[in-house]
Amino acid sequence: MSFKVIHYINQFFAQVGGEEMAHIAPELREGKVGPGMALAAAWKGEAEIVKTIVCGDSYFAENEKEAKAIILEWVKTEAPDFFIAGPAFNAGRYGYACATIAKAVQEELGIKVLTGMYEENPGADLKNSIYIVATANNAAGMRTAAPVMAKLALKLMKNEPIGASIEEGYMNMGVRVNFFEKERGAKRAVDMLLKKLADEPFVTEYPMPSFDRVPPNKALKDLSKATIALCTSGGIVPKGNPDHIESSSASRYGEYNIAGVTDLTADAYETAHGGYDPVYANADADRVLPVDIMREFEAKGVIGKLHDYFYTTVGNGTAVANAKKFAAEYAQTLKNAGVDAVIMTST
Amino acid sequence: MVKEIERAGLPVVHMCTVTPISMTVGANRIVPTIAIPHPLGDPSLTMEEEKDIRRKLVGRALKALTTEVEDQTIFEE
Repeated sequence: MSFKVIHYINQFFAQVGGEEMAHIAPELREGKVGPGMALAAAWKGEAEIVKTIVCGDSYFAENEKEAKAIILEWVKTEAPDFFIAGPAFNAGRYGYACATIAKAVQEELGIKVLTGMYEENPGADLKNSIYIVATANNAAGMRTAAPVMAKLALKLMKNEPIGASIEEGYMNMGVRVNFFEKERGAKRAVDMLLKKLADEPFVTEYPMPSFDRVPPNKALKDLSKATIALCTSGGIVPKGNPDHIESSSASRYGEYNIAGVTDLTADAYETAHGGYDPVYANADADRVLPVDIMREFEAKGVIGKLHDYFYTTVGNGTAVANAKKFAAEYAQTLKNAGVDAVIMTST
Repeated sequence: MVKEIERAGLPVVHMCTVTPISMTVGANRIVPTIAIPHPLGDPSLTMEEEKDIRRKLVGRALKALTTEVEDQTIFEE
C-alpha cells in the first residue's frame, strides 16, 4: 500500500497560465500535475499523489482566508498521509502561499507537510514552523530540488528519524538535538582557530542569529511643510523603460523627474514589472504610484511638496542584496535633497 | 528597501497588499492596499470612485507618517 499525498501548486506550474491567470480560485484535480511527476517518479510507487490543488498566486495572497478555508476542507475530506507544496523557488507570492497553506494543514489537520523554496523567498519566514527544503532561485533547480524533497517527504511519511538540516537539505528550524561529537570541544576549537589563521574555510558550530530590524523614525511634525518622495517596487517607469530595468531580478533602479507632472498617463508611463498582470498599471500608473493624488494634496497645502524625483525598481525575484543596495543609495540622495519622508508602494 | 530608507533616517510608510510580507521585510509603518496588480486603484470602478479610494489610502499613508510608532504597525484606518 502506498502513502496518499496531496500536492499544492500554482497556476504557472499547472500550465493554466502566467500572471494573467494569477487571479484564479483554488481548483481540485485528480492525480498528479506538472512538478508532481518528478516527485512521483522519485517515490517509485511508495507514495502517490492522489489529488493536486491548483491556486492562483494573487488569489491566495489577496483572499488568504477564503483560499485557506476551501483548501483545508478538501484536504480534510481526502485525509491524505502527507501534504506537499511547491517547490516555489524565488516566486514570492507562490512561496508565501506554499508555506502558509502547509503550516495551516499541519496545525489544523495534524497532517505532515513539506514545501520547498529559495532561502530569500518571503515564504521561508515560516521555516521554524514547517520543513522547507532550500532550493535554487529559479525553476531550473527542479531537477535537484525534487529528489531532495521526495526523499525527505518519504522519511516523514514513514516516521523515520530526520537528520540535521544540513544533511537532509531543509532550512534550519532553530531546533537543537544533542549528540556526541567524535572530537572533544577544545580540539575542535583549536582546529577552527588554526584554519582561521591560515585563511582556510571553516564552519562555525554556533552561528550568530541575525536580527535585522530598524527602529521606526520619529513621525513628521508638520505635514504641510514636509517634502515627501514617492518610491516603488512596482516597476513604474517612463514609457519605453529608458534605463532598461529588468522585468525580473532587477540589477538597477531608476530615478525620474516628475516636476510639473500632475497625472501618470498611459501614453507617458508604464510598468516594467514582469511579476504581475501589467494591464491595470499600464492603463493608469497612478494605480501603483499615486502622483495624481499627491499633487492634489500638494495643491491643497496638506503636504508641503511632492519631491521632484521618484525612485523605482522591479521587485520580482530581485536579490535582497541588490534591493538593499538600491535603497541605501537613493535614500542618501533623498536625504541630501532635503526630503522629509517617503511613501513606498509595492505590488 | 523600506528598511534601508528607515536606516537612512527618513520616516517611511509601506503601501502594499500582502501585509505579512511587509512585516517580514521589516516595514514599521504599513498601509494595506487594494490588490497586487493595482494597489492604489480598482479598475472595476469609475475613474472618480477610484480616485476617492486612492485619496483615502494616500491620506492614510500621510496619517501614518505623522503618527509616532514604537513597533511595526499596520494602519487599517
